[in-house]
Amino acid sequence: MSSDTLAQHHGHGHAPGHGHGHGHGHGHGHGHGDGASHGTFKGYLTGFILSVILTAIPFWLVMGDVFANPQVTALGIMALAVVQVIVHMVYFLHMNTRSEGGWTMLALIFTIVIVAITLSGSLWVMYHLNANMMPMPAHDMRGMP
Amino acid sequence: MSAPTLHAAAPAEEVAFYVTEEEHAHSGSSTMLGFWIYLMSDCLIFAVLFATYGVLGRSYAAGPSGADLFDLPLVALNTAMLLFSSITYGFAMLEMERNKKGMTLFWLAVTGLFGAAFIYLELYEFAHLIAEGAGPQRSAFLSSFFALVGTHGLHVTCGLIWLVTLMVQVAQRGLIEDNKRRLMCLSLFWHFLDVIWIGVFSFVYLMGVLQ
Amino acid sequence: MSTNPDFWSFVFGRLSWESFPFHEPILVATFIAVALGGVAMLGALTYFRVWGYLWREWLTSVDHKRIGIMYIVLALVMLLRGFADALMMRLQQAIAFGGSEGYLPPHHYDQIFTAHGVIMIFFVAMPLVTGLMNFVVPLQIGARDVSFPFLNNFSFWMTVAGAVTVMISLFVGEFAQTGWLAYPPLSGLEGSPGVGVDYYIWGLQVAGLGTLLSGVNLIATIVKMRAPGMTMMKLPVFTWTALCTNVLIVASFPVLTAVLVLLSLDRYVGTNFFTSDLGGNPMMYVNLIWIWGHPEVYILILPAFGVFSEVVSTFCSKRLFGYTSMVYATVVITILSYLVWLHHFFTMGSGASVNSFFGITTMIISIPTGAKIFNWLFTMFRGRIRYEVPMMWTVGFMLTFVIGGMTGVMLAVPPADFQLHNSLFLIAHFHNVIIGGVVFGMFAGITYWFPKAFGFKLDPFWGKMSFWFWLIGFWVAFMPIYILGLMGVTRRVNHFDDPSLQIWFVIAAFGAVLIACGIASFLIQLVVSFMKREQLRDVTGDPWGGRTLEWSTSSPPPVYNFAFTPIIHDHDAWWDMKQRGYTRPLHGFRPIHMPKNTGTGIILAGLSVVFAFGMIWYMWWLAALSFVAMIVISIGHTFNYHRDFFIPAEVVDRTEKSRTALMAGE
Repeated sequence: MSSDTLAQHHGHGHAPGHGHGHGHGHGHGHGHGDGASHGTFKGYLTGFILSVILTAIPFWLVMGDVFANPQVTALGIMALAVVQVIVHMVYFLHMNTRSEGGWTMLALIFTIVIVAITLSGSLWVMYHLNANMMPMPAHDMRGMP
Repeated sequence: MSAPTLHAAAPAEEVAFYVTEEEHAHSGSSTMLGFWIYLMSDCLIFAVLFATYGVLGRSYAAGPSGADLFDLPLVALNTAMLLFSSITYGFAMLEMERNKKGMTLFWLAVTGLFGAAFIYLELYEFAHLIAEGAGPQRSAFLSSFFALVGTHGLHVTCGLIWLVTLMVQVAQRGLIEDNKRRLMCLSLFWHFLDVIWIGVFSFVYLMGVLQ
Repeated sequence: MSTNPDFWSFVFGRLSWESFPFHEPILVATFIAVALGGVAMLGALTYFRVWGYLWREWLTSVDHKRIGIMYIVLALVMLLRGFADALMMRLQQAIAFGGSEGYLPPHHYDQIFTAHGVIMIFFVAMPLVTGLMNFVVPLQIGARDVSFPFLNNFSFWMTVAGAVTVMISLFVGEFAQTGWLAYPPLSGLEGSPGVGVDYYIWGLQVAGLGTLLSGVNLIATIVKMRAPGMTMMKLPVFTWTALCTNVLIVASFPVLTAVLVLLSLDRYVGTNFFTSDLGGNPMMYVNLIWIWGHPEVYILILPAFGVFSEVVSTFCSKRLFGYTSMVYATVVITILSYLVWLHHFFTMGSGASVNSFFGITTMIISIPTGAKIFNWLFTMFRGRIRYEVPMMWTVGFMLTFVIGGMTGVMLAVPPADFQLHNSLFLIAHFHNVIIGGVVFGMFAGITYWFPKAFGFKLDPFWGKMSFWFWLIGFWVAFMPIYILGLMGVTRRVNHFDDPSLQIWFVIAAFGAVLIACGIASFLIQLVVSFMKREQLRDVTGDPWGGRTLEWSTSSPPPVYNFAFTPIIHDHDAWWDMKQRGYTRPLHGFRPIHMPKNTGTGIILAGLSVVFAFGMIWYMWWLAALSFVAMIVISIGHTFNYHRDFFIPAEVVDRTEKSRTALMAGE
């Protein structure tokens, strides 16, 4: 075995072989549980069509002035954005719980939590700071203790 | 971890303390996870930029707002360019799995063209805004707009440079393991940028036009 | 050649003869000393013809052990600069009362406290922590190196580049006068039009990139490169803390990068993120920078906690008490550190509801740390305690850090913080936890792992001297600071009118002198240990009776760490191996796959210093050229596919045989 691996390394510029990845070459050489999943034509197409729909709808909602209430439109845009992100994650990024023994998913979840804290925390804190600390017109100041 | 070949320390012992038949599995085996972790850190940079836009995005300083400035049909076209580039990269990956070097290069080139179109349209939009006096210095809203959208555009540009470099390397050395790994990393990067763009067109452009 | 002013201002940007501080005697004297010392050192290196050796074995090395050592060397050098700043401040504050203005006018004093903070956090504490993790973690998990050895080399040199950039500001231009976090609007273009804040920004951006990549590297290493059988719950505690630290790095440094970019945009492009007008909001900067800043202090302390866990169990000859709860406590601290950041600006005005939330979370985060202290104490209970120097640092930490933590809980109460914020009480608190926690931990770690790195122990007498000077010096220096803070004295002030305060400042200055003796003792320790290295020699590889895998290797380990990858069965893997009668394999060695050295890292880092200099001084052509060069070299580097080689089996055999001979006492 050692002479095989030596031969694989001399002068080929190959990455060290995984022992079983070389003879196949048909996209199945990833048996190490790194699980870098691959797409299929159908998968990419499905993801693409879903994305197109999920993009067209929010543009239509805004450009077509569909709802009278902008809050409803905003909610719709956000909801559809979240769905499209998930579509991208599944169909384009091949996100799953097996990749890298689950570490990829763990890293993603942790990141989402931190992003959520950063966004919501900043908005909450800054809203309060602005309400309390931003300058008021002079006549309003006279009412302060 | 894959099962290594175990070797008893000495004939009398049942417990093995070391691996004697080594696998050279380590070179490159960390790359996908490492790159994914880097992408997560990149996510946080964008989170800060989104948070900044969230806080400062209505500070118009008596200047123009999103409703005044944003050209939604142009944004829709740009979004389409990026989305198309995502699926063409997907096709490139499918060809890579089948070890078709020529077709891989073809789809990579198409991806690059869509990406370049995206950048061109975005630069056109920026130039137009600046010419109208709505440059990044005009207000905090515009500063955060340009920072967020501009950072995304910079990432796409880096992706394009990376794409061209990889095309040269694939053309030179073929679809060897190293190059396949690099193409997979770029794939993650490219799709991730499209995910960020979903956030951008939703929260910046569409909600910016809604008042 | 033209005398055209436009041409020269294009070439030199805003650099001019006035940028050099010829009129500041302290700086001139410093420059002369540094120049003479530098010339002497370079001359010695040339005379002894070690440049080739240095370049091949150290500067281009991708070996995690070498890189770890270089990080610590960087940290110790920068400690001298950072501590010099501290001594200068203590002296100024001890004498500047009433009519006496002292010797440091405000614009100089302000640069000193800013540089002191920036250097101590970014160029002393961070490299110490990173260096220790780099050296120890691959050995503890049974790996040959980190996941990305080239990236490791690059990260180190980028940290050096950041340090160099900050050091240049001493002699060319000036440094920031804003405090170590550079709040706008003072740090904006109007508040600080000079180069100082730009030195700050670029020094941190360059170093920060290195740190972020190091974080990615170590996470991938710990997840992917563990020896077979080492499940996550069999990791050594230091490796667990290293994992959590690097998660914090990856999840917080991007925030720093982004915020500094926004500040740079305000300064270079005229945007309005943090300006006072056109919609900007300086409070947003404070909010964002502390979202980074709080996890940062946990990045500093968690590895120290890891060191203490290893030291306590080794020197009490006992398995660490409560391994599972230690792991959970570390993970909980990691997550909670993202929920407390507002306690750094209770007084900025967010109001009672927001302040209460963050006050409560801040108090909660002290609980897992308390759990750790109990676990260490329970480990010591009924253990056979050996008071070697690392154990002394640990006991010193337990007493000192706990008190610092308690003052932290006091500060966590918003109404109390309204009195104590930005007073000397705050200064005393964070020095209490950083010195008592991080510095003591790093000295414990350095002393503990020094024999592993160099093959001989550090001299215990000078180690104890250093410890006692530091411990006593710290308390003499900072008790008065606590008292002054409770009396209402504000931080960052260079002159006082109330003479009754002076005695406290004088005592504090004396404490600083004691700490200086501690640092001097440490340096003497290094020299004496080197001179006495044969007496202090460790031939076994396991001088302390260690419990984790690094002690199974020789001291120093061979470049490949382990001839055969170990198989793990239990916690405290090396202890387990010793109990089960493990014998070293003596034959059957195979060629070992290793990464090649490379000069690309140091070259890229050097170019980043040039780029930073160009941006700082508005020498746009220089910035553009160096930036393009960096891109070209980086891309060129990726065209090199032959970055590794094999160590032949015969070389491995020879190395292992010489270790056998050494252990047999030949």
